[in-house]
Amino acid sequence: MEQVFAGVSVQVNDEGYLTDFSQWTREVGEDMAQKEGITMTDKHWEVINYLQEQERNEVPLTIRKIGKSGVVNIKEFYALFPNGPLKVSSKIAGIPKPVSCI
Amino acid sequence: MAAEAAQKAADKPVKKMMLILSKATLDNVYACFILANGARMEGIESEIFFTFFGLEAIQKEKLKNLHVATVGNPAMHMPTMLGGLPGMEALATKMMKNEMEKLDIPPVDEFLEILSASGTKLWACKLAMDMFHLEKNKLIDDLDGVLTVGDFYARAKGDGTHVLFI
Repeated sequence: MEQVFAGVSVQVNDEGYLTDFSQWTREVGEDMAQKEGITMTDKHWEVINYLQEQERNEVPLTIRKIGKSGVVNIKEFYALFPNGPLKVSSKIAGIPKPVSCI
Repeated sequence: MAAEAAQKAADKPVKKMMLILSKATLDNVYACFILANGARMEGIESEIFFTFFGLEAIQKEKLKNLHVATVGNPAMHMPTMLGGLPGMEALATKMMKNEMEKLDIPPVDEFLEILSASGTKLWACKLAMDMFHLEKNKLIDDLDGVLTVGDFYARAKGDGTHVLFI
């Protein structure tokens, strides 16, 4: 289905994740974050960049890896993205929803 | 109207998981930890009440040496007598730990740190501690406190709370 973020129409699945990463821009991410109730800061973007890099390298994401990333610790990660940190941050990053249970 | 009300009730999300861990075999401990961590990852609150043998999972000196149960565990698919042979439990434990590492499942001590950092509350059962003559200093530093059953239930109040015994 289609959804509009920052004035741009993008394709998303029924859970609201982008289905085509090429449609992602920082503005789209920013608007998505706002709709999740998050105001993006430099630290937020640092995490988003890390997630996108992991996705490019096809590394499956887990909370444990985030904790060991050197970018953010787990406590900070939960503080930055409350209400399901990995789910919410992946959505803002424009990458698929993580499938791990960890 | 009744159907509508029933549907509304059915759509109510889980808001809090209260897990009670009473065993310290590796299989039970991981089931509990993964459920608690999984709840936090979904934005659901979670708390764990460690009681009876479950206390071993938060004892500094014991938590690194938890084992998979090979005796009396039908899922091991081996005769009970074989499961009781020396070294069998250690072997099964080693095999399971290898598989878990591949899936990025942390060891018990690291998992407890992750749970605590994620906001999962970790409680020890007062009665079980008294029974085992266990002092609080034997337990992990991340422990949130020692509770009675009554205290634990009091924390379970509110809409959308689930209590699960493992």
